[in-house]
Parts: sequence; C-alpha cells; structure tokens
Amino acid sequence: MTTAFTNARLLDPASGLDALGTIVVHGETITALGANVAVPAGADIVDCKGACLAPGLVDLRVTIGEPGFEEKETIASASRAAAAGGVTAMAMLPNTDPVIDDVAGLEFVARRAREVKQVKMFAYGAATRDCAGNELADLGLLAEAGAVAFSDGSRCIADPQLMRRALAYARPFGRPIVQHAEEPRLAEGGQMNEGEIATRLGLSGIPACAESILLARDLRLVELTGGRYHAAHISTAEGVALLREAKRRGLHVTADTAPPYFLLTERDIGDWRTFAKLSPPLRNDEDRKAVAAGIADGTIDAIASDHQPQPQDWKRLPFAQAAAGAAGLDTLLSLSLALVHDKTMPLLDALRRLTQAPADILGLKQLGRLAVGGPADLVLFDLDARWTIDADSFRSKSKNSPFDGYDVRGRVLRTVVDGRTVFRADG
Amino acid sequence: MSAARGTFPHRHLLGINGLSSADITSVLDVADSYVEQNRRADKRSALLRGRTIVNLFFEDSTRTRTSFELAGKRLGGDVINMSVSTSSVKKGETLIDTAMTLNAMHPDVLIVRHQESGAAMLLSTKVDAAVINAGDGTHEHPTQALLDALTIRRRKGKLAGLTVAICGDILHSRVARSNILLLTTMGAKVRVVGPPTLVPSGIDKLGASVFHDMKSGLDGVDIVMMLRLQAERMSGRFVPSPREYFHFFGLTREALALAKPDALIMHPGPMNRGVEIDSEVADDVGRSMILDQVEMGVAVRMAVLDLLCPPATGGN
Repeated sequence: MTTAFTNARLLDPASGLDALGTIVVHGETITALGANVAVPAGADIVDCKGACLAPGLVDLRVTIGEPGFEEKETIASASRAAAAGGVTAMAMLPNTDPVIDDVAGLEFVARRAREVKQVKMFAYGAATRDCAGNELADLGLLAEAGAVAFSDGSRCIADPQLMRRALAYARPFGRPIVQHAEEPRLAEGGQMNEGEIATRLGLSGIPACAESILLARDLRLVELTGGRYHAAHISTAEGVALLREAKRRGLHVTADTAPPYFLLTERDIGDWRTFAKLSPPLRNDEDRKAVAAGIADGTIDAIASDHQPQPQDWKRLPFAQAAAGAAGLDTLLSLSLALVHDKTMPLLDALRRLTQAPADILGLKQLGRLAVGGPADLVLFDLDARWTIDADSFRSKSKNSPFDGYDVRGRVLRTVVDGRTVFRADG
Repeated sequence: MSAARGTFPHRHLLGINGLSSADITSVLDVADSYVEQNRRADKRSALLRGRTIVNLFFEDSTRTRTSFELAGKRLGGDVINMSVSTSSVKKGETLIDTAMTLNAMHPDVLIVRHQESGAAMLLSTKVDAAVINAGDGTHEHPTQALLDALTIRRRKGKLAGLTVAICGDILHSRVARSNILLLTTMGAKVRVVGPPTLVPSGIDKLGASVFHDMKSGLDGVDIVMMLRLQAERMSGRFVPSPREYFHFFGLTREALALAKPDALIMHPGPMNRGVEIDSEVADDVGRSMILDQVEMGVAVRMAVLDLLCPPATGGN
C-alpha cells in the first residue's frame, strides 16, 4: 500500500530540511520525499494542507506500570497516549515489578509491544540488580538482548564506587548509564524545592544542590572511567552549568529535561497542588530559565516526556503523602512547541531535541529522522492551533498533569508508525 | 651445580621487577637442568645439605607451599613449614616480630606468602636470610611468572616475539603483574583482557595493551593465560554474575579458535571450571599446559633456591 502525504511543510532536523513538499510511503518505508516528488499512480493521498510533517517523536524517558503496576499504566494505554502526543518510539524505564534486570524482562516488554502494535517500544535494563543500588545487573547480557541504556529509573545510583564500576563496565557495550541525579540523603523527606515557598507552605525542601552535587560527582567519574553518561530530567541552573562545562571539556555526556522544568516553577504548586509534585521538584524561575537556555544552546540534548503516571488515589492526598510525577506522553509535542512560540529556539532545533537527539542517545540511528529507505514514523501537526489541555481527555490511564487547563499552541493531527496511522485528531 | 651460580646478582627474590633478561635467563637455564633431575628415579641432590629453609605462609596455599617444600627437600635442605595465619598473628604478633623471632633461629632462606603487598620486602629488611616472595597481596608472585616462562620456553623454544594474552581479573592478580614484567622484559608482547572493572588503571604503562573483549584480545595470540576469578568478585561489585562473566570472558573452544592454531592454554590454578574456563578446553591435552606448569614450578623453585643460597664456606 502506498500513501502520499502532499502539501506538507517537511521538517527534518537531521538534514536541515524545512520546505513544502511530499512524502511517499510504501508499506513501512519512506520511498520518496522532497519538494518535487511525483505522487505515484494509485497512491492514497493525504492532503496535509500546509501542516508540519516531521519525524515521529522519540521519547527516551517513560515510566510504565506493566508488569506490576497496571493500575497506573499498561503498555497498551501508554502506547495510545504516546501516539496522541506524536511519539512514535519510546523507551520505558526498568522500575517495573519485577524490575527489568534480566533478559526475560526485556523479552516480556518486546512481546507485549508486538501484541499492542502501536508505537515502537524499547526498554532500559536496570543498572543495578533490582534497582537496589548494591550490585551491577547483567549489563552485558541485557545489552545483547536489546536494552537501549541502563538506569535505576527514578532511583539515584548513589554509591560512588558502584557508579564508577557501572560506567566502566558498560563502556565496552556502548550503552549509557542514565542517572536520576539527586543526592538521596539531601533529598530525603523533601517534598518540593527548598526555599521561601516551601517554608510558607510548611513543606520540607530539597535543595537545588541535591542535583548539582550528585551531577558534579558523576561527571568526575565519567572523566575517570571514560564511560558514557546521560543525566535525566535536569531541573536546576547549577546542573545546566555543570553540564555545559563538562561538554566544553569534551566529556561523553548527554542530558534531557521535561516540559515542566522549562514551563513551570515551584509557584505552580499554589495551595499544595499535588499534581505539581514532581521528582525532581519544580524549581524557581531562574532555574526554569536556565533549563530553557540549556535546551536552546544544546547543553540539554533532548526533551523527554518523563511520563510518570499516578492514579488519582495517589494524588488526592495531603501533599507530603502524595506520589510524585506527572503524566506527559499526551502533551509532549504541544508543550515543547512553547519554546518555539516564545522565541527561545527555532522550530528545527526544538524538533531535534525531540527526535534525532534522543534517537542518537539510545543508539537508534534509523529513528528520529526523515530519510528515503527509513521507517515511515511521522507526526503531522498544526504548529499554530491554540487549545487548552484537558487532562480528562488523556489516553494515558493516569490523568495526573500539572498542565490541566493550560493553554498551548500546536496540536498533533496524525501520528504514523511504520506507515500505519496510529492516531488521528478528531475533526 | 650450575654455571649460573655465583653470577646471580641478587640476595633476595622479591619480584620480577629489578631482574634483567640475563637474570631471568639464568634462572630458566638452571631450572631446565632440574627438570631433568626431577624426572629421574633418584630426584635428590645434596646441594643444600645443612641449610634451613622456612616456608612462612601467612595465607593458605597448598600448591605453592608443597612446590617449595619439594624443591627444598630435593636439594637436600631442611624445610620447615610455618602457617602463621593460625598461630602468632592470632596472638597479636606483628610481621616484624615474627621475622625477628625466626631470624634468631638462623634460617638460610625464608619463603614468604602474605596477603599484603610489600610484606616480603619489609621482611627482607629485617632478616639475614635470603627472602623469596611466594606471593604478596596483589603485588608480585615472581616464581609463578618464572615457571610460566619456563613452560612457554620449553614448548615454544623462545619468549621473544610471542604474543601472550592474560585474561580475567587483572586488578587483583599478582600473577598478572609478575608475568607482564617478565614477558615484556624478555621481548614478548603482552595483552591483558578483561572487563574494565577488573583492569587496573595505568596497566598500559607496564607495557601491556588492554582489551575488553575476548574476540579482539585473543586474535592471533600464541599463549592464552587465564586467571582465577574469585567468587566474591562475581556478585555484582566488580562483575555482575558468573553467568555473565563466562558468557563474555570464559575461555571456550569458540573463543580459543580466535587465537593461533597452535596457541597454548595456561592457568596458575586452582581453576573455576565453567567460570573462567570451559572443562573441554582445560582438559585438552594437546593445548593445555596446566599440569606442565605444576611440574615446571618445582624445577623453577629449585633453581631459585640454588641461585640464592650462597655456597657454604669451608667446602661441602
């Protein structure tokens, strides 16, 4: 079957393409793309009416509850949410129950993804056994079985000796160690960013240096071991500065952040709004601006959804008892486009942080780009459509978004994975 | 007994470090003659008659201690075994106290095995006897490297120009350090092969090239030297698990196929079958030198005792 997406604004960060044209898809593959592409006879025609057509988003940080916490999210529900958010490939963290620290865990994810057959599904392997931070997991066997990276998910690899060994041991396998950079003893008991607002609300704080101390330590260990390191969900100005310096010195380091950290601050917690309770916590406005600037100048390579679904019951609690995290798959593209509309960065650069860059970090060199012969993973979106986020409409099983009622500009119209349309906006 | 006697310019054997290629060649030449002696029905000579040799072992080791004991006895010496781990140390005696006590008994040779690096050196400064390091911590095990060299030289006819891969736990291995020093001194090329967590930093400065996978590490080598990986190092702090270790660093017939067709396999023992070495390979009589190493061990230790014991004055 052949489909031609005509009259589209083709956007490909990898090649720098930004031009009106056509993409022809045959079966699962892009067979032609460009300004002067003829539509093959008999092809189905999708008239894009000038909307943007870009590589599907690659989301490198997604928490899914399957197996073990299916009340939060399943592979099927997360896949539907991803498709609605313009995501065509995602990597799920290993902190399921049981933890994905062996080959059988990876095979389970792969099998469920084949059955669900929506977006492309990849999995992290646990960096340490049971994500407990004491012993290395079978990193080599996990890499051979397809783990895209190693991480203890929402837990920090706190022991510096173990972190050193993980970085060294993983090096020959070419997969990064992905860290939740937060010094656990400094963060212990903390509910939100430390400072005036935490004091006013009577909540115990997590200082910004909980991130920067851990990050500074890890960057030294990267230097010592020559290992590959990726810092997840960077939230502080100090963190951005450390990464910028490390990159300047040529360390093999990458980083991501998520929309809450460049759009919201601790003020959005308001009167103990638990939907704004995140890990790491929302920081102050200087941090927010520094994170946005870090994305713009490439210090932060990728934007991830950092999807952390939590059922209502886990949020409808006093702030200190509520679970941390926000559902983010449904809204990843629309929220990220704010960086373009507020002139923080050009459209192609913003898209690179959502497509090519995360694909490269995960070693998925075919994904996140438009190329003849490559997979037809596409997102069609209206760059300017204004709408208001309604968390109740999320495809995700959990509706815990700090952006409920938030006005955004830019909307996913259609998501295509291997030539199959997996999402179409109503109307 | 040998032409080399009297020309060996060292009072002690504390390590391979400091030995010239001529020194090493002397030991190997003398050892060659003892290999022949050890294969005769009458294995005994009277070279060390009247001499006292003390096996001072602070760390258990049946095979090395037995090898030294046999070497001393075959040369006619009086050999005493002291397992200190079960006696004086428990009573709080320090290494130097023990050394001074022993020194008062006028031994001629002290053979020392100790769990701490540098212990043999420390002891040598406090006693009149010749000291032989039988393994100190993760520093050196010179007689192991010498017996490995003898094994290789007898089988390959030379050491210079050979490529030797030392595989496994390099970090904790005194055998690896002594072998790297000896083999590079003798003009062989040395590779170390192991996960980055088991390769100590700066090992390349000792003259070894570093590999992290068996495929490239064993490619075209003449000798594959496997090291023992202790169980407590396979539980996640250095290496995730025995299963993963064997998958990536175990010596199997497949892995061995990457080495030269006539490559030899060595192991200082005791082996962990199914962890660092497949039984099929370990027991291959055509390739495995593991029992030859044991035989050469006695001959090399006889040679070292021979070279270090000064000739008795007043005729013998």
